[in-house]
Amino acid sequence: MKRVECIVRPHLLDAVKSALQEAGVTGMTLTEVKGFGRQKGHTETYRGAEYRVEFLPKARIEVVLPDELVDAAVDAILKTARTGKFGDGKIFVSSLDEVVRIRTGERGPDAV
Amino acid sequence: MRGIWRRGRTVAPAFAVLSLFGAATTAAQDAAGINAGDTAWILASSALVMLMTAPGLALFYGGLVSQRNMLSTLMHSFFLLCLISVQWVLFGYSLAFAPGGLVGGFDHLLFRGVGQEGAPLASTVPHLAFAIFQGMFAVITPALITGAFAERMKFSVFVVFSLLWATIVYDPLCHWVWGGGWLGAMGTLDFAGGTVVHISSGVSALVAAVIIGRRTGYPRRLFPPHSLTLTLVGGSLLWFGWFGFNGGSALASNGLAAHAFVTTHTAAATTGLAWALIEWFHRRKPTVLGAVTGAVAGLVAITPAAGFVTVPASMVIGLGCSVVCYFGVNLLKPRLGYDDSLDVFGVHGIGGTWGALATGVFATTTVNAAGRDGLLYGNPGQLWAQFVGVAAGWGLAIVGTAAILGGIRLVTSLRVSEEEEVTGLDLALHGESAYNVGTGVGTERR
Repeated sequence: MKRVECIVRPHLLDAVKSALQEAGVTGMTLTEVKGFGRQKGHTETYRGAEYRVEFLPKARIEVVLPDELVDAAVDAILKTARTGKFGDGKIFVSSLDEVVRIRTGERGPDAV
Repeated sequence: MRGIWRRGRTVAPAFAVLSLFGAATTAAQDAAGINAGDTAWILASSALVMLMTAPGLALFYGGLVSQRNMLSTLMHSFFLLCLISVQWVLFGYSLAFAPGGLVGGFDHLLFRGVGQEGAPLASTVPHLAFAIFQGMFAVITPALITGAFAERMKFSVFVVFSLLWATIVYDPLCHWVWGGGWLGAMGTLDFAGGTVVHISSGVSALVAAVIIGRRTGYPRRLFPPHSLTLTLVGGSLLWFGWFGFNGGSALASNGLAAHAFVTTHTAAATTGLAWALIEWFHRRKPTVLGAVTGAVAGLVAITPAAGFVTVPASMVIGLGCSVVCYFGVNLLKPRLGYDDSLDVFGVHGIGGTWGALATGVFATTTVNAAGRDGLLYGNPGQLWAQFVGVAAGWGLAIVGTAAILGGIRLVTSLRVSEEEEVTGLDLALHGESAYNVGTGVGTERR
């Protein structure tokens, strides 16, 4: 089992979500986050006072998958979240020791 | 100026009308000389001016602060609506409007002698209506100052300061200009409070900002306004309420009230428009905050002039206001380094001063026979009278505010601790949070 976490542009969230579902992902967790990488922030001006905004809003999606679905999921994200400019985000893939479905007590791949 | 106008026109013409038209006018006027239309308009105007303080000013300021200081900023305005209303009835109205010398006397303590009969300074409206209308002005003036020390003053210090300020700065100044005092007598024109309300609060704000010191982190690290949406709502409510502030200052429901209503509107519109355009050229983007700030500044500038200048002149005053206030807010403040958090001085101090002086230039008796002619109408002396009024307003505001805050500082510090400032005043001073929206996770009750 793997956990796939991606940080994407908020306005591409719907496209990423649909593509993941088409790839066979049945559930996900969304968090609104702020951060920066190579993309520059922007400046906001209030009554002449300039504020540098470095932390930009991003959407973070987490999905948990059986190993065989990981490539399809990563491809789906790459296809939909990429604009080719700084700020497209990242995908993190990590191993998972255990998954438990609370309702039934199922464990492992069955619980995903 | 309202005082002169009242005595020179409301009172005398009221008798003239009665004698000219006899029984025909008694339909709108009862035996005691109370006029139904005038009374209705003054009561409605009183409610409009109340709306300016809360929620108008409260939201205008509240949107501009960091969200952890939202409630403390709202509370400044709302608490003053309660506090100064009580002060006004107990002794404030008496100090401002009872017969006296440098300040009013004690004849009207606890609203004694303030009843349903005609007001001494506005004979066609009940004394009670006049007194409560004036009370709403007394409320909003110290509330305007709070923008200067927002996000760092102790609540207890704010309460004591505001009460003392209303008593030793506002009430006497109000008496000087409108209550039968020396400025009114020398012919200074102030239709609805350019000096009494805006210069006094704006200049006091500057003094308070300097004495209390900058917010922690200013100017390197600051939080941007947390909701310009609320600021726009508040600013628009200020504009709406200002029709009562200026229109009601005719103290009658008549042509002059309509005139002041219109000049108020045109000045606000012109200044908001001009401010956005200046920004567009100067900083490449017109901002929402700029347009709203401009409109409020225009309302300030037209306040002393609303019932004395022509409609085109109101637009010129608005244009001039956009230039001087834009300069004050965008260039003067950063250069001098004081932290007047919400630009009370830049908008009310500078705008009020500009408006008071401009009244001396553009006033004409063709608009208001009980007013005076200004510089452009062959009376340069009026500009001098305006200048004296401005100087008196500045002087009393500086001395009064410095004395009050200096005195309080001998007893306690004016600011919250740095830790409380970082936590936010809502939690530190009031034990509340403005926004409990989010995950829907409940909290255990103690």
